[in-house]
Amino acid sequence: MNSSDCRVTRRAVLVRAAQAAVAAGVASRCQLAAAEKSPARFPDYEIWDMHGHLTSPGATPKEKITNLLRAADRMGIERVIVFMGYPWTYEPTPDDMRRENDQVLEAVAGSGGRAYGFVYVNPRHTEASLAEMDRCIEGGPMVGVKLWVAVRCFEECLDPIVERATELKAPVLQHTWYKITGNLPGESTAGDLAILAARHPKATFIAAHTGGDWELGIRAIRGLPNVTAEICGGNPTAGFVEMAVRELGAERVMYGSDYSGRSFASQLAKVYGADISEEAKRLILAGNIKRMLAPIFKAKGMTL
Amino acid sequence: MIVDVNVHLSRWPFRRLACDELPRLIEKLQAGGVDQAWAASFDAVFHKDVAAVNSRLAADCRKTRPGMLLPFGTVNPTLPDWREDVRRCHEEHKMPGVRLYPGYHGYALDAPELAELLTMAEERGLVVQVVVRLEDTRMQHPLMRVEDVDPKPLAELVAARPKLRVVVLNALKGVRAGVLAALVAAGQVYFEISMLEGVEGIANLLGQVPAERLLFGSHLPMFVLESALLKLQESELTAAQIEAITHGNAERLLNG
Repeated sequence: MNSSDCRVTRRAVLVRAAQAAVAAGVASRCQLAAAEKSPARFPDYEIWDMHGHLTSPGATPKEKITNLLRAADRMGIERVIVFMGYPWTYEPTPDDMRRENDQVLEAVAGSGGRAYGFVYVNPRHTEASLAEMDRCIEGGPMVGVKLWVAVRCFEECLDPIVERATELKAPVLQHTWYKITGNLPGESTAGDLAILAARHPKATFIAAHTGGDWELGIRAIRGLPNVTAEICGGNPTAGFVEMAVRELGAERVMYGSDYSGRSFASQLAKVYGADISEEAKRLILAGNIKRMLAPIFKAKGMTL
Repeated sequence: MIVDVNVHLSRWPFRRLACDELPRLIEKLQAGGVDQAWAASFDAVFHKDVAAVNSRLAADCRKTRPGMLLPFGTVNPTLPDWREDVRRCHEEHKMPGVRLYPGYHGYALDAPELAELLTMAEERGLVVQVVVRLEDTRMQHPLMRVEDVDPKPLAELVAARPKLRVVVLNALKGVRAGVLAALVAAGQVYFEISMLEGVEGIANLLGQVPAERLLFGSHLPMFVLESALLKLQESELTAAQIEAITHGNAERLLNG
C-alpha cells in the first residue's frame, strides 16, 4: 500500500466515524462537513509510528502485525517500526535474541511492506549481538538497533555495537527512563544515553520515551545533536511536545506510541494537541524518521 | 454532544498547563466539541481551606454559559467539620456532586469517615467522584509522592448504598480487571476513559466494563483533550456505544 492509498483510507475512516456520530446525535452536521473536508482537528498527516511491539492479538507474528495494522488504519498510520518478540526478556541470551528477532522478521515479512524491524540485542553478549546485527541488518531487512534494559548504556560494552551500527547506517534506539520509584538495575536514563552519544558523535541515537520523566529527559539530551527525543510510552500530558520542540527543535522530536501496550490515540494526541506549527507536527509524525532512515534505506536499495 | 466528566480548573503546582486559565479551557472544550464539563479545582487537592476553593469553583463555573461547566466541589474528610463542606456544596452552591482525592488527602477507602460521607451523598443525591491518581507515580515530584488509591473497598461501600452514584476517575491504567468487575457488579459505579491505554482500548475494555458504565473523560488540562477524543476513533464502536459513552450515560447518571 502506498502512502496515497493510506490517506484515502484515513479520510474515509474519519468521514464514516463522523457519519456514525451524527447518526447518534453526538456530532453536528457541521462536524460531519468538516470531517468530509479533512478537519482541522484531525488533519491528514502522514504518520510513521516509531516504536512498538508484537503484543497485539494473534497466534503468530503475521497475525499480530495484521491485527495491529488494522487498528493503525483507523488512525491513519501508514508505517510502523517493530522490535522485540515474545515473551519479552530483560536480559536476552543469544538464543533469546535470535528467537525474538526471528519473530520480528516474520512480522515484517507479513506486513505488506508497512512494518520495518529494529534488531534487539544485549550488549552483555557483545559478539552474539554483533552477529545478530549482521544477520538482521546487513544480511536482512532490519533498519535499526533496539537496546532495552539489559545494561546501562554508558558502559563500554556498548561501543562495538554503536560502531557497527554506524557502519551499517543504522540508528540506535535506547530505552530511557527516570523513575522516582526506582529504575531496573540495567535500565538507562536519558543522561546515560547522553554519555554514550558524546562518545560517538557520528552515530545516530533515539532516546525512547525521552527519559519518561520528559522534563528531565529533554534537558539531559539537549546538548547532544545526534540524539532525537521519541515521545512514546507515557501519559498524554500537556506541554511535553511543546517543551521538546522549544529545547531541541522540531527536527529532533519523533512520534512513537509503544503499541500495543499504549494507545495510538493517547500518543498521537501529544502531537495533535501540541501548540506547535503544522510543519513541526509533520516532522514529528513522519518527516524526521524518514530523514533518519534515508541513508540505510538507500544503502539497502529500499524506497521510502 | 459530549459530556466530559473529568476536568479541573486552576493551576497544577508543578507545571503550567496550556489550559489552566478559564478562557483558554473553555475555548479548548468548545473546539473539541465538548458541550458540558464536570469540573473540580486543582486547588482543592492542596489547599486546607477547601470551603474557599469550592466557592471560587462555583463562581468560576457561573462565568460560563449555563450548563457548560458543572462544579464538583471537594470534601476532605480528614479536615475538621468536613460535613459542613458537604452541606455547602449541596445546599449553597447547588453542586450535582463532589470529587474526592483520597490519595492526596491521606485516607484509605475503608476509613469510617468515608463511609459516613458516602451515606450523606446518597441521602442528598450527590454524585461522588473518586480520583485514583492524578499523574504517573513514576514521574511525580520528589517532594510530592502519592500512591494510587486502591478502589477495591468501594465495592462493599457501594453495595450497601443502592442509590449512591460513583464515578471512578483516572482508574483505567493499573486497576485489575477483577476489581473493575467487582465494582460494576456492586452498584452504580462508572468509569471514564482518560487514562485508558492500549491499542483499541475502549473495545478491549468492553469485555470487562459494559458500555453503559463508561463515560467520556479527558483529564484536561493535565492531559491534552485530543487523547480522549481519538480513543473514540481508535476502537470500532457502534453508534449506540458512542452515544452512551459521549453523553447518554452521563446524562442518565446526573438525572439520578
